[in-house]
Amino acid sequence: MTTQESAVAVELITVVIDGFEVSVPKGTLVIRAAEKLGIQIPRFCDHPLLDPVGACRQCLVDIEINGRAFPKPQASCTIPVEPNMIVKTQLTSPVADKAQKGVMELLLGNHPLDCPVCDKGGECPLQNQAMSNGNPTARLGGVKRIFEKPINISSQVLLDRERCVLCARCTRFSEQIASDPFITLNERGALQQVGIYENDPFKSYFSGNTIQICPVGALTGASYRFRARPFDLVSTPSACEHCASGCDMRTDVRRGKTLRRLAGDDPAVNEEWNCDKGRWAFKYITSQNRLTQPLVRNGEGELVGASWPEALAAAAAGLVGKRAGVIVGGRPTVEDAYGYAKFARIALNTNDIDFRTRVTSDEEANFLASTVVGSAVQYRDIDVADHVLLVAFEPEEESPIVFLRLNKNFKKRALAVTSVATKGSIAMDKLKAKFIKVTPGNEAQAVATISLTAKSVILVGERASESVGLLSAARTLAEKTGAKIAWIPRRAGERGALEAGAFSQLLPGGRPVSDSAARVDIAAAWGVSTIPSLPGRSVRAMIDAVHSNDLDALVVGGVDIADMPQSAHAKEAFKKAFVVSLEIAHSSVTEVADVVLPVAAVTEKYGSYINWEGRPRAFAAAVADSLNRSDVRILSVLADAMGQSIMLGTVTAAAREFAQLGTWEGARASHVSVQPGTPVSVSGDQAIITSWRRLLDEGSLQMGEDNLAGTRRPTLAVISPSRAQKLGVATGDHLRISNAQGSITLPALVEEIHDDAVWLPRNSIGSNPLQTLDAVHGELVTVVKA
Amino acid sequence: MSNSIEPKKSGIPQSVDDVSFVEVNQPGPAPLTQQARGFWVTFRSMFKKNLTVAYPDVKAPTEERFHGRHQLNRHPDGLEKCIGCELCAWACPADAIFVEGADNTPDNQMSPGERYGKVYQINYLRCVFCGLCIEACPTRALTMTNEYELADSSREKLIFEKEDLLAPLRAGMLQPPHPMYPGMNDTNYYNGDVTSAHPSQEGKQ
Ligand code: SF4
Ligand code: SF4
Ligand code: SF4
Ligand code: SF4
Ligand code: FES
Repeated sequence: MTTQESAVAVELITVVIDGFEVSVPKGTLVIRAAEKLGIQIPRFCDHPLLDPVGACRQCLVDIEINGRAFPKPQASCTIPVEPNMIVKTQLTSPVADKAQKGVMELLLGNHPLDCPVCDKGGECPLQNQAMSNGNPTARLGGVKRIFEKPINISSQVLLDRERCVLCARCTRFSEQIASDPFITLNERGALQQVGIYENDPFKSYFSGNTIQICPVGALTGASYRFRARPFDLVSTPSACEHCASGCDMRTDVRRGKTLRRLAGDDPAVNEEWNCDKGRWAFKYITSQNRLTQPLVRNGEGELVGASWPEALAAAAAGLVGKRAGVIVGGRPTVEDAYGYAKFARIALNTNDIDFRTRVTSDEEANFLASTVVGSAVQYRDIDVADHVLLVAFEPEEESPIVFLRLNKNFKKRALAVTSVATKGSIAMDKLKAKFIKVTPGNEAQAVATISLTAKSVILVGERASESVGLLSAARTLAEKTGAKIAWIPRRAGERGALEAGAFSQLLPGGRPVSDSAARVDIAAAWGVSTIPSLPGRSVRAMIDAVHSNDLDALVVGGVDIADMPQSAHAKEAFKKAFVVSLEIAHSSVTEVADVVLPVAAVTEKYGSYINWEGRPRAFAAAVADSLNRSDVRILSVLADAMGQSIMLGTVTAAAREFAQLGTWEGARASHVSVQPGTPVSVSGDQAIITSWRRLLDEGSLQMGEDNLAGTRRPTLAVISPSRAQKLGVATGDHLRISNAQGSITLPALVEEIHDDAVWLPRNSIGSNPLQTLDAVHGELVTVVKA
Repeated sequence: MSNSIEPKKSGIPQSVDDVSFVEVNQPGPAPLTQQARGFWVTFRSMFKKNLTVAYPDVKAPTEERFHGRHQLNRHPDGLEKCIGCELCAWACPADAIFVEGADNTPDNQMSPGERYGKVYQINYLRCVFCGLCIEACPTRALTMTNEYELADSSREKLIFEKEDLLAPLRAGMLQPPHPMYPGMNDTNYYNGDVTSAHPSQEGKQ
C-alpha cells in the first residue's frame, strides 16, 4: 500500500455502489471499494494480502457497466472497478441478497453442528455471516459429509475437514506469502479437502498464520485447542520478544495465563503475519522454574531464599567499591537496557557493559558504534531496492519477517537477491537468490567483488562478526556504491541495547564514550559530575578480566552461558566473580550467582524493543496484576542500596528520560577498517566448520512448547557432493565431526556447500558445536564417516 | 468535650447550642375498644388453616419447574454430557459460571466426543436462578433441580465445583473415565441410542 501511495498521481475511478459514489484507485476490487463506503459484503476467501480467487462465492453482487448488466451476480472480490460501473449489493439488490443467501445455505448444508466444541465459536465469520446474510431456517436435511477429525497436518496445526469452506486462504498463504506449498486442495466436489503431500509434511515456519486467517474453525492450533472462548480472553497489544524483526502482536490472557498470541496488523513491519516462534513460544514464562523470591548465597555456599532488603543489601555489599562489569544479554527492553547503562556508569563507575553474549569481535564493536547506531534502513527500503545483498544472514532462520518481505518483493517484482554465505538454504531457493559460495572465513573477499547501486540494500547478519574483515568489507562496499547497509541481529533486544547505551563504546543515544562532549552531555543530563572515560570491556574481555583478577564482580541480565563462546571458561569466570543475576527463572547463571534478583517476564511488564530498523516497538503488560518488576526498577533500588541513585523507579520514568536525552548529533565513532584474514587451508579429512542457529531449536525461550518443537527442521550435518563421494557417504548416513575438544555425530545431508566446509546447526538436539567443539566458524575440524 | 463542631462554609463556627430540638407529640394509648378489635384479629386466626410450614422440620414441595441448584447430567452409561463449551457461561447474565474445556484422550474419556469440561464452577452468590444457562446448553448437560437449600457460612463454600454439581451414578452407569460405548459415536449419544453401559466399558480406563 505504502509504495502505491508514494507513486505519482494515482488514476482514480468513480463507481456507484448502492447509490453512493466513491472514487478509488484503478485496479481496486469492488469489495474494497464498498468497504470504503462502509458497505460490508460478506466474504470468506477474500483477503487483502492474498491474490483473489473467487473460491467461496459468498460475495456475489449485481454489477452493471455502461448500462449493461451482467446476466448473473458476480463475485465482488475478483472484479476490479471500471468507469461507469454501478454495483448493487445485498442491501439494494434482492437478486444479490438471494444469491448470497443461497450460497450460505449450500455452505451450511454440509457444515457440521460443531459450534459448541469449535475453537472458532464466538469469533467465527461463518457464524456471524450466517446470522447477517443467511436464511434463518435450513431446507437441506439428511446426513452431512463426515470426515475423520481432527487430523494433524503438522504437530501444531489441526484440520477439521468438515468445517472447511474451501476458501483456499490457507493454501494461498502458504504458496504466495511463505512459499511453503506443503498444503493444497485435494479431490473435487463434496469431497474436496485441504491436504498435505505424502512426503512433505507441513513444516513451515509460518504455519500459524493459516490458523489465524482461516475464516472458520477448520484449522486450529494444537496448543490452544479447547483452552478458551473469545470472551474469556483479555487481549493486549504487544510486541514480539523473540527476534529483531519486531512483529506487532496481540497477547490473549485468561486469568493471568497467556493462552495464545496472534500476529498484529502493522503494514510497515509484519503486515498481518508473524512466525510460529512468535506465535507459540510463550510457555517458557509459566512452564519454567520461575524465581519467586530473591536468593542469596549463604556461608555454606548454598543459594537460599531471602527478603528483598536482605538481597539488595547483600548485592550492594558485594558491588560497592569493587571493580564490576555489566553483562546485559541480548533480550532487554530499551528501558531495561537504559537502566543497565545508567547503572554501570553511575553506580559502578565503569564503561564495562556489553550485551553481546555470543561470538563477537572488536571489529563488530567498532562497526556497531560507527555504522549501526542511529541508522534507519527500513522494510520499505527493501520494497524499493533494486538488489538486496545478504551477508552472513539467513533471513528465514534469523529474522523471518525480513524473509517474508524479501519474498513478497521477489514474487511481486522479481527482486534480485544475492547471498554471500557458506551454505545454501531453503530460503535462498525460494528467493532464487544468487548464491555466492564461500569457505568460512573468506566472506570478505567475496563481498568486495559484488557490484551494487545506490538503490541496493545490504543486510548484514550478526554472524558477520565471526569472519575477520567481513563487516569492514560490507561497509566499504556500501560506501563505494552508495547502497544502504543494515545490521540485523538475531535477538530482539540487541539494537535497543545498542541505542540505550548498554554498550562499552556508547552512552545512551549513540554518544561515543570517547567523545568528551558526549560525556559532558550525559553527565549534565544525569546530574553527575563525570562519566567514566576509560573505554569499556566487551563481554569476552570482562570474562578474561575476571580470570586475570582485573574485575571482581559482574551484574548479569538475562544470559544463558551456553550461548557464549568458550562457555566453560565463561562459567569459571561467573563462578569466580561476585555475580548479581537478574533473571526470570533458574538458569545457568543463577546456579553460580551470589545474589539472584527475580524480575518480570515480558508479559508481566511494560516496555519497548527497537527492531533492526531502529523502530520502537512498545508493548503493554498483558498480565496486569503481576508482582514482578522490570529490571530497571530493580536496578534503581539496587543503586539506592549502594548509595548511588539512578532515579529510574518505573519503566515510564526510564522511557521518558531516554526520550529526553535524544540522539547524538555530533560525530559518530570513526570506523577502523579491518583486513580480511588469511584463508585456512584444508587437507585430508579436515573441513572448515560453519554453523548458525535456526529459528526453532533448543533456545530457552522455546521451552515447554512441544507442539512447536515438532516442526523444527531436522538436525543434520551438511557436506558437499564431492566430499560425500570422497567419504562414501550419502544423505542419511552418519558423519562424525570432531576436534581436540570433542565430537558430534549427525546424519549427513549432501547439499550446496563449499567442498572445504561442513555445516551443522547450533544449539540443536545433538548438535551444539559451541559447547562440544568450542568451534563455530572458520576453524578446522575433522569429518569422517561414522 | 468541645462544643464546636465542623465550621460551616461561611467560616463561622457553629455550636451545638445553636441547634434547636423540636418536641414531637407522642400519641397516648388507644381506646380500649380499638385494642379489643386488634386482639380479635389474632384470636380469629388461631382457628384458620395454617399457611406457614414448620421449616426446616417440614419441607414444602416446590413447583415442578422450580429453578433450584444446577445439576450436570450424565449419559446412560455414565459419561458426562458436558462438553466444556462454555455456552452456559456465555449466556449467564450474572457471570456466575466458570468453565474450562480440555481434550478427551483415549485413557481419559470423560464425555463422548473430543472435548469435556475439565473445570466447572457455579458461584451461587452470583446466580440469580434465571435459567438462561439451561437454555444455552447444547447437550442438555446442565439442568436445574428443585433443591433450594443453598445457604452456607462462607463464600468459598458457595462456589460449587464440578463434583458438587454432577448427577449421581444411577443403575447401569459406570464412573468415567471410560471408553465410549462400542460402535457408537457422539451423535449416537445425543440421539439417545446409548441406553446403558456395555460390559466392555467396565474396568477400562
Ligand atoms: S467454524 Fe464456525 S460455524 Fe463452523 S462449527 Fe466452528 S464456530 Fe461453528
Ligand atoms: S482450511 Fe480454512 S483457510 Fe483453508 S480452505 Fe478450509 S476454510 Fe479456507
Ligand atoms: S518474526 Fe521475529 S518478531 Fe516476528 S513473530 Fe517471529 S520471532 Fe517474533
Ligand atoms: S441460572 Fe442464570 S444466573 Fe444462574 S448460572 Fe444460570 S444463567 Fe447464570
Ligand atoms: S469472497 Fe468473493 S468469492 Fe469468496
